[in-house]
Amino acid sequence: MSVSASEATGANPVAREKIMEVEGLFKHFPIHAGFFRRQVGAVKAVDGVSFDVLRGETLGLVGESGCGKSTTARLLLRLMEPTDGSIKFEGREIAGVKGNELKALRREMQMIFQDPYSSLNPRKTVGSIISDPFAIHGMHKDAGERKKAVQELMDIVGLNPEHYNRYPHEFSGGQRQRIGVARALALRPKVIVADEPVSALDVSIQAQVLNLLRDLQRELGLTLIFIAHDLSVVRHMCDRVAVMYLGRIVELATSDQLYSHPRMPYTGALMSAVPVADPRLAAAKKRQVLVGDVPSPTNPPPGCRFHTRCWKAQEVCRNEDPPLVAKDGGNLAACHFPLSDAEVLERVPSARNVNG
Amino acid sequence: MAAPLLEVENLQVHFETEDGLVKAVDGISYTVDRGQTLGIVGESGSGKSVSSLTVMGLTRARNARITGTVRFDGKDLLGTSEEDMRQIRGNDIAMIFQDPLSSLHPFYKVGAQIAEGVQAHRDVSKAQAWDRAVEMLSLVGIPEPRKRADAYPHEFSGGMRQRAMIAMALANDPKLLIADEPTTALDVTVQAQILELIERLQSEFDTAVVVITHDLGVVAEMADEIAVMYAGRIVEKANTDTIFAAPEHPYTWGLLSSIPRLDAPRDEELVPIAGRPPSLINLPGGCSFHPRCPYVREAHTKVDPELKPVPGAPGHEVACLLDSSVRRKLWSELRSGVKPAEARSDVMEEAR
Ligand SMILES: Nc1ncnc2c1ncn2[C@@H]1O[C@H](COP(=O)(O)OP(=O)(O)OP(=O)(O)O)[C@@H](O)[C@H]1O
Ligand SMILES: Nc1ncnc2c1ncn2[C@@H]1O[C@H](COP(=O)(O)OP(=O)(O)O)[C@@H](O)[C@H]1O
Ligand code: SF4
Ligand code: SF4
Ligand SMILES: [Mg+2]
Ligand SMILES: [Mg+2]
Repeated sequence: MSVSASEATGANPVAREKIMEVEGLFKHFPIHAGFFRRQVGAVKAVDGVSFDVLRGETLGLVGESGCGKSTTARLLLRLMEPTDGSIKFEGREIAGVKGNELKALRREMQMIFQDPYSSLNPRKTVGSIISDPFAIHGMHKDAGERKKAVQELMDIVGLNPEHYNRYPHEFSGGQRQRIGVARALALRPKVIVADEPVSALDVSIQAQVLNLLRDLQRELGLTLIFIAHDLSVVRHMCDRVAVMYLGRIVELATSDQLYSHPRMPYTGALMSAVPVADPRLAAAKKRQVLVGDVPSPTNPPPGCRFHTRCWKAQEVCRNEDPPLVAKDGGNLAACHFPLSDAEVLERVPSARNVNG
Repeated sequence: MAAPLLEVENLQVHFETEDGLVKAVDGISYTVDRGQTLGIVGESGSGKSVSSLTVMGLTRARNARITGTVRFDGKDLLGTSEEDMRQIRGNDIAMIFQDPLSSLHPFYKVGAQIAEGVQAHRDVSKAQAWDRAVEMLSLVGIPEPRKRADAYPHEFSGGMRQRAMIAMALANDPKLLIADEPTTALDVTVQAQILELIERLQSEFDTAVVVITHDLGVVAEMADEIAVMYAGRIVEKANTDTIFAAPEHPYTWGLLSSIPRLDAPRDEELVPIAGRPPSLINLPGGCSFHPRCPYVREAHTKVDPELKPVPGAPGHEVACLLDSSVRRKLWSELRSGVKPAEARSDVMEEAR
């Protein structure tokens, strides 16, 4: 992949500094079978992705279930080791770091998980959950000081600091997600990855958590990597968005570029599939329904990986893997026959209202 | 005009529990005509599933207190024996659930399960029933249906299982299909396939559909009419265009302003609904939405609003004590970006 993904910043006049650089990243999970547990193949969860993360931005990762979003996130935070590739954090290679170096890295990057129910230990008080990172990193050893730090965090995320001694089950789903956010903020990290942080929440509560994340991101100047399968939520939250399909990034653009003129047919289909909460737009829409299921990541199709489901596929798509390069409008997209504006409007009438 | 296919009148479903009486459904009424789609939306726990399960006769537990009327095709369903209900279920009325594994048996072949459903209600041979199963699988877009009919549910992907369940539900050409969160667990691409499928089958067979969901986008695309439920009641009911263009209940406004939309400016602020839904054992006095409502007045904590027609808007009903004219002003303010808290002082003066 020749073009640096951060070039897709068209709408953003201030060229921001790169906080992370990912180059040729792979994660293959071996599949073993038979008596000798020989490796018979691999799940190619992440299969060659390159992109940059800019300091202070919110970068979205979207795509269907199983396309490699969570695995990419775990690799970035070095919660697992990549099979191959380079990950730089503030210019330093971190793909292979271990031991104390890895522990030090944890202070810089934190994760917020999807499920506010199972990600919190039910037998620990909120105070001790949020102060766990302090204990692990030997910070705020004085009990009074620690309590003060925790209550400050609770206040930041909109929890009542007096509820310091309560247990997770005494909180609602949205409040539990706030506990997760407070814990992630404890070490003042520079990068936060939120993996489906609102998927398990009711719409009204979802809005509370989204607003909180957006405010914190702005006030604390955090870099946020935001994973979700809901494209409306991603657009609302993110400056730039990477669309993944079968372990690859197939399109990367600013939110405005992506939502007003997606170029990769897969992105177009994803947007067309989103039900719009406006009956008139819904009636005007020619819903692009994809045929078939996502192929197995063990054995992705040759050429363009999307060709088995793409309505624009030609012979060349079956043979040649299209590179991720700049297309009309500035989007980086991996496609031999990118969508025209007319093709987009027919399938995604809401794109008309989105000013790029 | 012919009588509606389904008429639900003042339905109450209360459950006696150790903690007290759970008023899961507390007096709701609606009708659905042939070929029409009713969407039921609301937060989790608002009674959407219980009301539909009751129509199917599936809440008849010993601790359940069910009152009101459910008339289907002229027949009173609440008074129908369990044995007769079994004949109606899967034949005249079919249901699809969020989790397909809850209605597909893991140890039987998919085709056999569909065929069994056909034989239970039709006087057909085993071979004919099997053919019908294959036909249905093909209709819902399962590739190589004859081969796939021989597979077990776990050999299907999530989307295929959902489609198999729809095939099973529709095998006997039901007059009414109840779909409870039919696409919630699915990716948008698979969701689009399923919605397209339900719409196509509905227009072909004139099936009436009740679709339950928390996704306002899904009802905007599917429903002719929408009922918004809150704490066991319907608080607003109208045709789909009205719900989105001229809603009059503060809870509906809350739902609409808390979702980011692809067709709105990107930096539009989300306005969450404060607090969380009440306990159905201890409902707040007066309007049950009042603890979360930005427009609450003193009287609303004491008087329980009924679902009443909106003057000059046929088919539009709202349960809110504010005057319709005030509600319209508030909604147009909200639309122009005024925060609920700011709207109170001026427009609300009129409400006194
Ligand atoms: N530990 C593992 N061993 C084997 N395969 C794995 C492992 N973790 C993930 N995978 C596979 O890697 C692929 C990508 O997984 P990943 O969890 O990143 O998907 P995702 O995009 O986050 O999906 P979802 O939206 O469902 O969470 C999937 O096919 C998954 O089954
Ligand atoms: N068999 C039962 N016994 C006691 N309470 C029940 C029973 N079934 C449902 N409820 C309660 O009824 C309320 C409404 O449930 P439900 O209709 O399933 O909500 P939803 O709108 O999420 O579908 C909930 O508070 C639920 O806990
Ligand atoms: S490269 Fe070909 S198959 Fe792939 S998305 Fe573009 S048009 Fe479709
Ligand atoms: S009656 Fe009052 S409290 Fe209830 S919804 Fe209307 S304005 Fe709000
Ligand atoms: Mg995931
Ligand atoms: Mg339910």
